[in-house]
Amino acid sequence: MNLQLRPAFVSFLALSAITGLGYPLLVTGLAKALFPRQADGSLIRREGRVLGSEWIGQSFTSPGDFWGRPSATVDANGKPLPCNGANSGGSNLAPSNADLHRAISARIAALRAADPDTSGPVPVDLVTSSASGLDPQISPAGAAYQVHRVARARGLDEAVVRGLVRTHTERPQFGVLGESRVNVLKLNLALEALQAR
Amino acid sequence: MTEAWNQNLLYLALLLGLSLPLGTFMAKALEGNRTFLHPLLRPLERGLYHLAGVQEDEDMGWKAYAWSITLIKVIGLGAVFLLMRTQASLPLNPEHQANAATDLSFNTAVSFVTNTNWQAYSGETTLSYLTQMLGLTVQNFLSAATGLAVLMALIRGITRRSATGLGNAWVDLTRSTLYILLPLSLVFALFLVSQGVIQNVSAYVHTAGGQVLAMGPAASQVAIKMLGTNGGGFFGANGAHPFENSTPLCNFAQTLAILLIPAALCITFGRLVKDRRQGWALLAAMTLIFTGALAVCTQAEVRGNPALTRLGVDQVASQAPDAEQPGGNMEGKEVRFGPGPSALWATATTAASSGSVNALHDSFTPLGGLVPMWLMQLGEVVFGGVGSGLYGMLMFVLVAVFIGGLMVGRTPEYLGKKVEAFDMKMASIAILLPCAAVLIGTAISVLNAGAVGSVSNPGPHGFSQILYAWSSAANNNGSAFGGLSVNTPFYNYGLAVAMVLGRFGVFWPVLALAGSLVQKKHTPQGLGTLPTHTPLFVGVLIGVVLLVGALTFIPALALGPIAEHLALR
Repeated sequence: MNLQLRPAFVSFLALSAITGLGYPLLVTGLAKALFPRQADGSLIRREGRVLGSEWIGQSFTSPGDFWGRPSATVDANGKPLPCNGANSGGSNLAPSNADLHRAISARIAALRAADPDTSGPVPVDLVTSSASGLDPQISPAGAAYQVHRVARARGLDEAVVRGLVRTHTERPQFGVLGESRVNVLKLNLALEALQAR
Repeated sequence: MTEAWNQNLLYLALLLGLSLPLGTFMAKALEGNRTFLHPLLRPLERGLYHLAGVQEDEDMGWKAYAWSITLIKVIGLGAVFLLMRTQASLPLNPEHQANAATDLSFNTAVSFVTNTNWQAYSGETTLSYLTQMLGLTVQNFLSAATGLAVLMALIRGITRRSATGLGNAWVDLTRSTLYILLPLSLVFALFLVSQGVIQNVSAYVHTAGGQVLAMGPAASQVAIKMLGTNGGGFFGANGAHPFENSTPLCNFAQTLAILLIPAALCITFGRLVKDRRQGWALLAAMTLIFTGALAVCTQAEVRGNPALTRLGVDQVASQAPDAEQPGGNMEGKEVRFGPGPSALWATATTAASSGSVNALHDSFTPLGGLVPMWLMQLGEVVFGGVGSGLYGMLMFVLVAVFIGGLMVGRTPEYLGKKVEAFDMKMASIAILLPCAAVLIGTAISVLNAGAVGSVSNPGPHGFSQILYAWSSAANNNGSAFGGLSVNTPFYNYGLAVAMVLGRFGVFWPVLALAGSLVQKKHTPQGLGTLPTHTPLFVGVLIGVVLLVGALTFIPALALGPIAEHLALR
């Protein structure tokens, strides 16, 4: 067994250097060269300021914005802080947990209160919290449910808003992979740009 | 439902299609034969042996082999522990993460060394980039490489006749890392970045609106996390975090990466034992169990949560223009994936010993959550971990051969080797130790008020959380019903013991078995030999796996997910 100490320590150190320093730093270098935007988080900038990342959801609450998925993330002290990009995570509520049913009822009530004209069942993704707490997207149905509210709050024609949602809808990749989805941050920025013109 | 199954079938087709070329390549590389990578990597490999004083052709007996593997794991454990305890004063820590607590550092070190990658912490709030790279990424490679090495030793035990040596552990480790894991990870990591997975060593980004975005060298770690069936997330939300798993294509490729090497190893096995049908038979048994489990999980998640429909929630999937929605059980899931790909990932990650998640298993429907739990409890032999899945399945093969032998009254044999009392003892220990750790650990937890206090969901689901944690740790999976607060000394130390039993308590008997098999003569096939490549044998093997899993765990599952399912309406 003594004989194996040298190969063990040397192999460990050498393989650590290769896989723990050489490999990640090589990937970092190649990523910066080949895909610099993605490597740094696909940030959306305007006039030099970082508005956010296209991959990280933000918490929108005003009636004139589309709202994203509910988020269960917390701050460093465990207090709720939706879409905390420095502490990802979900609710971990069980399907049978009464707390989940209460939270969903409250979200439905909030959506209805913000827009009494829209009724009918609410698309499930709008009232359930995402796994990461940072889901950047909602379903097209979830966006359609909010079109009336957003259009009224911004004084826009519903058809214009609906058209904007359509142009921001991404379909399943290659027709098979994943779901249709709308990026909430990009959609809201497009709404602002539309009115600024 | 149709959409989910289109993806599932595409997945199975690609998995089986890719395992053929990769399995063939791995057989060559692990045997030291020349591959297209040799001009580049062979000098590096020889340099490493020279530096470490390794004689490439020096064989080890089973004990020396097992000690070598144990030794490099103990060194790795110490390295991760020290990195976590001292990271505050080390470089590459732009967010000034503090030194981690003793119990958490110990748990995490054990977890990554044993290929479990159980996480009692959240990466972005706890670890420096240096710890992630030099501690965790290294163990992602080495724990997978040791799995491959132990498998190679077992295969040599089967193929060599009247010998004692099982090969050289350092050579097997080095070849696994250099020729298989490293090149695959490098290519895969760059693909991930192209899809939006981040890779940098910058400080966290503060947006104009006050949002803080965690950064870090994620892609390089995610690549080997998926390919090495490790599963430890760079971020707390693991594969659900958009910076760790961005587009649906990225998600699909990562799901494929979970089972790619384990599936291909069946082909490698067939080539190395010089009877390819043996590999196909194992692959067929695994694929059949997997497909059954996938059907149950997909069905449960796509159907959704019956309690929500009453509240006025629309859970019906729709493809209507401008009103498309994934529907189903979306609590703890991401829109870009939806319930189908989330169920596929959950099934794959627990069939293997990955434990990565792209959705929160704690929020799965009761039956949807039962599937991952049960797949782990089967011992993760349905594809299973890199190396460990196949050597685990081979233990079940020996039990199946043994039962078959009893039925016809002949000494059982497998691939020309007689299976005798000692061999059966070792196979039984390897199968039963993790089972015992799951049930005893769960029993101790539910009798301990402090441990029960960690539960976050009421009723039967709370019991499921505890059962899931022990199933995950003892089988080196690493996924969790995440609501359970496990960053406590009880769970940090208790689950660490289960992880050690689940890894060391399996590879030691497996290597002892290999040491016994390698000494035996070749027994020519006779009339009474049970052929092990036929559909009949595949059926017997599936029966044995399911029977052991069912008899051991159905009472416990009845108290958790089954009770919850019956009560949920």
